[in-house]
Amino acid sequence: MKERIYLDYAATTPVDPRVVERMLPFFTGTFGNPSSVHWFGQQAEAALESARETVAGALGAQPDEIVFTSCGTESDNLAIRGMAFTQREKTGAQRIITTPVEHHAVLHTVEQLVELNGFKMDLLPVDQYGMVDPEDLRHALRDDVALVSIMYANNEIGTINPMAEIGKLCRQRGVPLHSDAVQAAAHLPMNVVRDQIDLLAIGAHKFYGPKGVGALAVRKNIGLHPSQTGGGQENGRRAGTQNIPYIIGLAEALKLTVNDLEARRRQHIAKRDRLIAGVLGNVPGSRLTGHPTERLPNHASFAFERLDGNHLLMLLDAAGFACSSGSACKVGDPKPSSVLNAIGLSQAWTLGSLRVTLGESTTLDQIESFIEVLPSLVNKVRGAA
Amino acid sequence: MAKGTSVVVAMSGGVDSSVAAALLVEQGYDVTGVMLRLWSEPGKEESNRCCTPDAMAGARRVAAKLGIPFYALNSQDLFHNVVVQSFMDGYRNGITPNPCILCNQHIRWGFMYETARELGAEFMATGHYAQINPRPDGSVELHRGLDPDKDQSYVMSVLPQEKLRHTLFPVGGMAKPEVREHARRFGLTVADRADSQDLCFLAGQDYRGFLARHVPEVTQPGKIVNADGRYVGEHQGLAFYTIGQRKGLGIAAPRPLYVLEKNLATNELVVGDETDLGRNSLTAGGMNWISGTAPTEPFDAEVKIRYRAALAPAVVTSQGNDQITVHFKNSMRDITVGQRVVIYNGEAVLGGGTIQSSFNTIGEPA
Repeated sequence: MKERIYLDYAATTPVDPRVVERMLPFFTGTFGNPSSVHWFGQQAEAALESARETVAGALGAQPDEIVFTSCGTESDNLAIRGMAFTQREKTGAQRIITTPVEHHAVLHTVEQLVELNGFKMDLLPVDQYGMVDPEDLRHALRDDVALVSIMYANNEIGTINPMAEIGKLCRQRGVPLHSDAVQAAAHLPMNVVRDQIDLLAIGAHKFYGPKGVGALAVRKNIGLHPSQTGGGQENGRRAGTQNIPYIIGLAEALKLTVNDLEARRRQHIAKRDRLIAGVLGNVPGSRLTGHPTERLPNHASFAFERLDGNHLLMLLDAAGFACSSGSACKVGDPKPSSVLNAIGLSQAWTLGSLRVTLGESTTLDQIESFIEVLPSLVNKVRGAA
Repeated sequence: MAKGTSVVVAMSGGVDSSVAAALLVEQGYDVTGVMLRLWSEPGKEESNRCCTPDAMAGARRVAAKLGIPFYALNSQDLFHNVVVQSFMDGYRNGITPNPCILCNQHIRWGFMYETARELGAEFMATGHYAQINPRPDGSVELHRGLDPDKDQSYVMSVLPQEKLRHTLFPVGGMAKPEVREHARRFGLTVADRADSQDLCFLAGQDYRGFLARHVPEVTQPGKIVNADGRYVGEHQGLAFYTIGQRKGLGIAAPRPLYVLEKNLATNELVVGDETDLGRNSLTAGGMNWISGTAPTEPFDAEVKIRYRAALAPAVVTSQGNDQITVHFKNSMRDITVGQRVVIYNGEAVLGGGTIQSSFNTIGEPA
């Protein structure tokens, strides 16, 4: 069996064995419902609240500002939909400012609010790296803005936004700010107070936690209409019995991530920069997408001229390298990457994107063998087209 | 030799290709599944016979069950530019094209075959009903599928020797019930789609509407005339008739009338008696000889002029330059320019080409 090398950590990560170990007792031993009055419930509740404290600490928030959800996407949905309705009720505002390079969890949610609920969407421009210019936001912040949603770091091209500046502008105008930090939380120190972010969404499986659990930091007293109603769990902001083992897993994974952040960042950057130099130096008609330095430390993304990115992914997979592409499609109908469109790449490039994201077990040897194999595969794809 | 040999299998979500893939896995091949995404008219993707999203999900499920990698190959542009374009050009030029032949030649054993080789595969496999038999000298013969109702050797006659050597038909030596039995044995709950003569990109669509949108000039009503040019009725557009057709002409006549000819220049459909229709000879071009070389002497063979036609005895003469003439023992009613002619010797396919003309010769052919 050939060696398979996983280079798609931005898609998902394996669960850290230490995390699994922390989760296990909560399936069979401490299995109670945290809403129950009895001792079983109280034990579960204690674990839940301890996890809440851990997560709050990692995000610079207060424990009662943390809402556990089923994933990053749900956190984005809850934040945007909940805040949009709250704000319209309070102030009548109905403009939602966002960017064209957001994850679909954000864009499709805003689009639905526009289609079904009469909200308006303002798309901020982004620069050639996919970054928001705070000056553009300053001009866009008018009186009828209900909410601003700007991603912390881009999933497809890795660019990190100047969130502190963005947060400052929104706070000055009294407009709530949501940020999708699903990618960023795995690699950057999060602090909702420092960045003045009102709603911050994360998902555990991007930082070596389990799939199926996420969290939303919600600034105190901001008010948020729940999307899911029922038993009043999570302070009435997200009904449904809490998924205790997974919440424990999220908290443990986030704690480990924060502890290792700086060491891991340095290791990642060294390998990432070797990868970027190796690809750009060896593949003609290639370019880096996203910001050269203000980017996620584990994240390298490229566009190749005149190339079917889907076809390249297949050949890479057959050669043992698991990567991804912004135009990836599992039914053979690739569409140009909308993110690459938004940063101004021409049609000759927008089908040919490749994302290579590193993880804690990625070695320099793996990077070198990737760099060695890639040029010939690119040639094959270009020959086939 | 199966052990570890790499093979790419073309999957459709149907029972034949699913069983083909399962058998290869069982035989120890290193199997990768692929499926082509072909062109559909925008908005009609759900009705494409070969690659609806449902079919693709089905193929993906089978691959997952077999534990093999699976990829969808985008060939929408290529399919449109090669297959659909020549389909439309054919109608424009008054011939009845056979898009499935072109698809197998340029898409399946073109783009897909090349991709399989890029993936490092020694073989490409499909669920077709035809057989590839090795000869002592290392070359291969193409034989009819075991199941006469399913035999697809007619279509496979486009494959050159070199590609046949790197092709596997795992179910070609089976009858359909045996294939279904294997599907049960492997626990493959795959849709057994009804066979269809529809073209994939026209399945479930209005054929007339498609041609009216894309080749409007051949869907204009016009005159039906007899061989003397006398008006006998109105036709609905030349595209909707085939040579030898009797039914659906809408003409009241004392004797049954048959379509003899389409005159594109005048947009006239020429009809006549059955006796006017018969032709005992044809010429064909673009011959693919399975052995790789054209026979030097005229020879007796059995010949098919349509996928579903009966075999007809004939004498075949190679004229060089990929051309042949075929002289049938008996007059044929529906020799159609643009269709494929395939030469058989018993079970073996000797070659095939595209019919270019039909005519009558008197007496024994030279």
